[in-house]
Amino acid sequence: MTIQVDLSALTKSKWYEYAVRFLFGGAITVVAGLLAKRYGPVFGGLFLAFPAIFPASVTLVEKHEREKKQKAGISKTIRGRQAAALDARGAAIGSIGLACFALVVWKLLPIWSGPATLLAALSIWLASSILIWRLRKHHWLKSG
Amino acid sequence: MQFIFRVVVGGLVVSLFATLGDVLKPKSFAGLFGAAPSIALATLGLTIVADGKLNAAQEARSMIAGALAFLLYATVTIRLIMRYGLHAGPAAFSAVAAWLVCAVGAWLLVLR
Repeated sequence: MTIQVDLSALTKSKWYEYAVRFLFGGAITVVAGLLAKRYGPVFGGLFLAFPAIFPASVTLVEKHEREKKQKAGISKTIRGRQAAALDARGAAIGSIGLACFALVVWKLLPIWSGPATLLAALSIWLASSILIWRLRKHHWLKSG
Repeated sequence: MQFIFRVVVGGLVVSLFATLGDVLKPKSFAGLFGAAPSIALATLGLTIVADGKLNAAQEARSMIAGALAFLLYATVTIRLIMRYGLHAGPAAFSAVAAWLVCAVGAWLLVLR
């Protein structure tokens, strides 16, 4: 399956949907910082992997898919929920990449510079996520 | 001032990854960006500047447990949608409880 970029998807989201994501992302970043200050970095660090984007984005995936079907004259459909479940399956794969990101930062940050470590960790997150996403067809994630 | 800075940086990074997830196809690939390290990039960058690299490295160690809790969270969300017929919103928001139990449990049992 080829990866595609569909810029027309940007027009499907309303301005307030972007605003909600911005404010939610900002709020979680503040909360993660406050928790780290109050309870220390060991507890605060957990919240660096808090599902911040996911609930809002998966809700939009279902809504947009349902609207697409309604425009095509199909009023009752499970396609919205199926699309949401596929999105969640992708996020499950991405979470393994997220653990790889954290591992790289934990091990490299004490010896590398901050920007170099974050760049390396981001590359590892992307590479490991794409690799597992590609492998899923052949192995235990085949049901996707 | 740092509060506003965190809101702006966190909001921008989260929005950037969310927008990438919007424009990419297929859906299962776009979903990877639902677990992007957006909060981590914003927070770790600020922690490195404000509190030093060792503090940030400690946060990253705990983040591994948070990421594994995310894996459980996404799995629970899929089950709530496909097996129990919940809509995506209620499923994703209620599954946050699974993330909290798993992450805080890991902190209590392993990290603390």
